[in-house]
Amino acid sequence: MNEDKLKEVQNGLEDSEKSMVRVEELRKQFGNLEVLKGIDLDVKKGEVVCIIGPSGSGKSTLLRCLNRLERLTSGKIYVENELTEDRVNGRTVSKIDSDKISRLNLDIGMVFQNFNLFPHLTVLENVMIAPQIVKKINKDDAYNTAIQVLERVGLADKKDEYPIRLSGGQQQRVAIARAIAMDPKIMLFDEPTSALDPELVGEVLETMKELAETGMTMIVVTHEIGFAREVADRVIFMDEGVICEEGGPQEVILNPKKERTQAFLNKIL
Amino acid sequence: MTQQQIQAIFDGTVITIEITAVSVVLGFILAMFVALGRLSKNRIIRGISWFYIWFFRGTPLLLQLFMVFYAVPIIYLDYTGQTLNMDPMVTSYITYTLNTTAYMAEIIRAAIESIPEGQMEAAKALGMTYGQAMRRIIIPQTYRRLVAPIGNELIILLKDTSLVSSIALSDLLRTTRTLANSSGSWLYYVYAAAIYLFMTTLLQLGTDQLEKRLGVYERR
Ligand SMILES: Nc1ncnc2c1ncn2[C@@H]1O[C@H](COP(=O)(O)OP(=O)(O)O)[C@@H](O)[C@H]1O
Ligand SMILES: [Mg+2]
Repeated sequence: MNEDKLKEVQNGLEDSEKSMVRVEELRKQFGNLEVLKGIDLDVKKGEVVCIIGPSGSGKSTLLRCLNRLERLTSGKIYVENELTEDRVNGRTVSKIDSDKISRLNLDIGMVFQNFNLFPHLTVLENVMIAPQIVKKINKDDAYNTAIQVLERVGLADKKDEYPIRLSGGQQQRVAIARAIAMDPKIMLFDEPTSALDPELVGEVLETMKELAETGMTMIVVTHEIGFAREVADRVIFMDEGVICEEGGPQEVILNPKKERTQAFLNKIL
Repeated sequence: MTQQQIQAIFDGTVITIEITAVSVVLGFILAMFVALGRLSKNRIIRGISWFYIWFFRGTPLLLQLFMVFYAVPIIYLDYTGQTLNMDPMVTSYITYTLNTTAYMAEIIRAAIESIPEGQMEAAKALGMTYGQAMRRIIIPQTYRRLVAPIGNELIILLKDTSLVSSIALSDLLRTTRTLANSSGSWLYYVYAAAIYLFMTTLLQLGTDQLEKRLGVYERR
């Protein structure tokens, strides 16, 4: 083991108790519909948390609240132990410096079900654009980073293609590369393989597994129970806007205690 | 046809082209702002943009032309006590620009709204601001979708410039009518039709080409 690796492991040990995202009493309403009914969650550094649950249970809404695509109705969010949201009844109660929020938000990357690659940009441009215009990184450095992350997902040879000419699996891997080019500390995945043909699911899960092995903190909404069993440190079963059951993959997937969890697992397995 | 007549028709055509070209370029730039105004979160900005479009689409172009040419000098006189002579060419630039802006703004707004929500979300998730996402992600994707409707607007605009004859500008149509009246020959109308068709055909071909080129990334 070389020295860098050793350091990484040591840091990892020291930091493994560090909270990366913490959510307290998170509620989210759309009009009169309460979609999230008080979620508490604490994700530690390097942890991989898989969220499973029936459609409509609020999984996407939870992820979207975490990276501010959606504003919560009430509750608190901490990113790396710093308060980024504190709201009650749709109003912000603690004024938080907006620069700090933007900075912390950059630590959260997201991968969507429908990839959402920018179709008018090549693969390379897709990966380079945010580091350049958001982080103001110069073109050469952005290029080098882009090539590096594309190599990681095995798609450097496709750098000059437009997204439409790639398979779904390749598009999703580019989307992952695009997110990690921003060097996030936490990655959110919202059903990253649900839009894929079955034969393309494996390559994306493989890429995610490799990412998890590098120590990335990940929150993954997925129906891929096999992936959750193998990669997750913790599995959360959500139903009707609450966390119904959580624990290690062995407990939640193999020995679910709650009836609703059992019923759900029976349905999808 | 005499040399003089040919020159007159040529000059008329140039006026037609000038008004069209100036107002389409200025109009497109203004329309981008009005369209973004329509989509703004700020109610006042949205209201102003809405009012602008409502007014310029809801009144006849000829009326707008008269308002700038006749009404503006009267208003100016009332307020300053000085006379103002509106140059017909300047009047045309102003009126056609303002008018086409309203139509183009609606075209641009519709194109922006046709871009899937996920594009803005992905841009925001990468840390882009609304402005950055609009400039670099959303608006560039509208270009190909804009070509056909803007081309259409351009063709309508080109033909509508014939209204400037009512403020004494010798554009293509007015020149033709003068020549036809003085010579008693209907052939001049055929020449005019041919010239209009020639120009609109060029526009059609041009926009078709542009659309193809801008759509490169949409072909598998
Ligand atoms: N923007 C929205 N406006 C209104 N209702 C919404 C919106 N987004 C999601 N919902 C509703 O919230 C509920 C949870 O949705 P979602 O978080 O997408 O669930 P999941 O990802 O678990 O399938 C659903 O009933 C959905 O219809
Ligand atoms: Mg969902």
